[in-house]
Amino acid sequence: MTYGVTGMLRQWFHLKGWRKSIISIPYIWLVAFFLVPFIIVIGMSLGVRTSTSPPIGFAAEWPYVTLENYGRLFGDSLYVRAYLISIYNAAIATALCLLLGYPMALCIARSNRSWRNILLMLIILPFWTSFLLRVYAWMGLMGSNSWFNKDLTAFVNLFLPASQAFKFIPMMNTNFAVVLVLVYSYLPFMILPLYANLENLDGTLNEAAMDLGSRPYQVFKDITLPLSMPGVIAGGLLVFIPASGELIIPTLVGSAADPMIGRVISDEFSAARNWPMASAVAVALLVMLVLPMMVYSYFEARAQAGQDGKP
Amino acid sequence: MNRRPLFLMSCLCFGFAFLYVPILSMMFFSFNKSRLATVWGGFSFQWYGKLFANDQIIKATVLSLKIALTSATFATIIGTMAGIALARFRVFRGRTLFTGLVTAPLIMPEVITGISSLMLFIMMAEWIGWPGSRGFTTITIAHITFSMTYVTTIVQSRLSSMDVSIEEAAMDLGSKPWQVLTDVTLPIIFPAILSGWLLAFTISLDDVVITSFTTGPGNTTLPILIWSKVRLGVTPDINALATVIVMVVAVGVALAGYILHRSEKRREKDIQMAIAANT
Repeated sequence: MTYGVTGMLRQWFHLKGWRKSIISIPYIWLVAFFLVPFIIVIGMSLGVRTSTSPPIGFAAEWPYVTLENYGRLFGDSLYVRAYLISIYNAAIATALCLLLGYPMALCIARSNRSWRNILLMLIILPFWTSFLLRVYAWMGLMGSNSWFNKDLTAFVNLFLPASQAFKFIPMMNTNFAVVLVLVYSYLPFMILPLYANLENLDGTLNEAAMDLGSRPYQVFKDITLPLSMPGVIAGGLLVFIPASGELIIPTLVGSAADPMIGRVISDEFSAARNWPMASAVAVALLVMLVLPMMVYSYFEARAQAGQDGKP
Repeated sequence: MNRRPLFLMSCLCFGFAFLYVPILSMMFFSFNKSRLATVWGGFSFQWYGKLFANDQIIKATVLSLKIALTSATFATIIGTMAGIALARFRVFRGRTLFTGLVTAPLIMPEVITGISSLMLFIMMAEWIGWPGSRGFTTITIAHITFSMTYVTTIVQSRLSSMDVSIEEAAMDLGSKPWQVLTDVTLPIIFPAILSGWLLAFTISLDDVVITSFTTGPGNTTLPILIWSKVRLGVTPDINALATVIVMVVAVGVALAGYILHRSEKRREKDIQMAIAANT
């Protein structure tokens, strides 16, 4: 068998450098279908809109490219507003995910082994079901005549005088709905890295601090929380980055008057057919996402170097 | 000392209620007799009957499965190659760019990936006349590109936590590097490759945004079909479809978990027997 097809393959790889093909196949693929498209987007963002198909071209005389689209980006309050709303929604959702996800992750990490796997499974299970359907599930709950909205309205009305009582709570197509569904959809992304971090913490440190007379909240504040910061940052990035570029959630439950930036890109591209503008908005969004990550990894590398330098 | 104080327990319970109540409510209302999706009007199976009689849904499901199977398989092959290259080949030309290319799709917002892939396909059609129309091939290429990097991440982290001395031992015993890879490394990291394939499969099966940009007329995947219906509002037939999907996924995940658990136990037993035989 070894001298059959597999043998020939082995021979070929051995002679022609299988090592090279292992590197070059994924390399060529990613350059062709990821890097080149992205360069096309950058190029398009410097072009002008035309009435041809595809609706894009370049200026007729030197320097052929224009920064007009980027000028509009900062000049038109629609775009600035959309960026700000995206950052705001993503930041609030990240903070809420942390507030709810941290105690959940801590509780799972402190459960005994057999419980831990079941609880983790229950966290991951919604992640395997369709993202779209999870957003849809909230559309059913938030509608003005759903049981959830009715119960919530009754609850809120308990605290209000009868004259100001709500008939229903207007939840659909608001920024509140966007943040709520963002938290719902991205909560597992916060819990999993936090759990991975908290599970590996040395429990004896906590016991030592308790033995030395620390109160539980002091132990948490002085030991558990500082040691879990890598998990907090990893979870925060995993929630914040996809949340700020989200398209499905703002389209289904968000308000059309205050769109998030993902929806603006999609609308510019498909509805307005202004490809250069959509490209410019996309490039700016990416810069906005990548810059804080680069600053973070720069400081982390410096801190690492500083620690290694110590005797 | 109580390691799980009341506060943590109640947060966990609240969190699980938050995660599961919307899904359970959606499933409950799929048995609603009324056309109104959120007002209870009696028990009925009618929406399930309509679901299975709907050709469009069956066709879309078949297309989605075809795309997911193809793209997950290619993504696993190419992604595993990239993972091996990053974890085992320390130095090669263009490594920095390669590392960047592998991580970038993970943080790229899907809407940008979608737009850039569409622009690529349109430009290619202008310049070299291919692809003539968008559908199965273009969707599959786009799915491979963004799901392979997940495979790479999984394989790479498995390889870097793996004991290199096993590979070195095989080398010392005279194996060629390629033999070490096929006979030692790949069998050891096989579970990681398998979970990479599963992840790529579900990502592809679930994708809306990238598919909506790279698809053409007449090529509707299941998520795109749901997306176009959901944008019009909540309807009981979508609830029924969602219930079927959630049940299939839950059974699948439980089954996969059971099989993994059993094979792990068997391996532990094998190792113990091997140790016992040697002493």
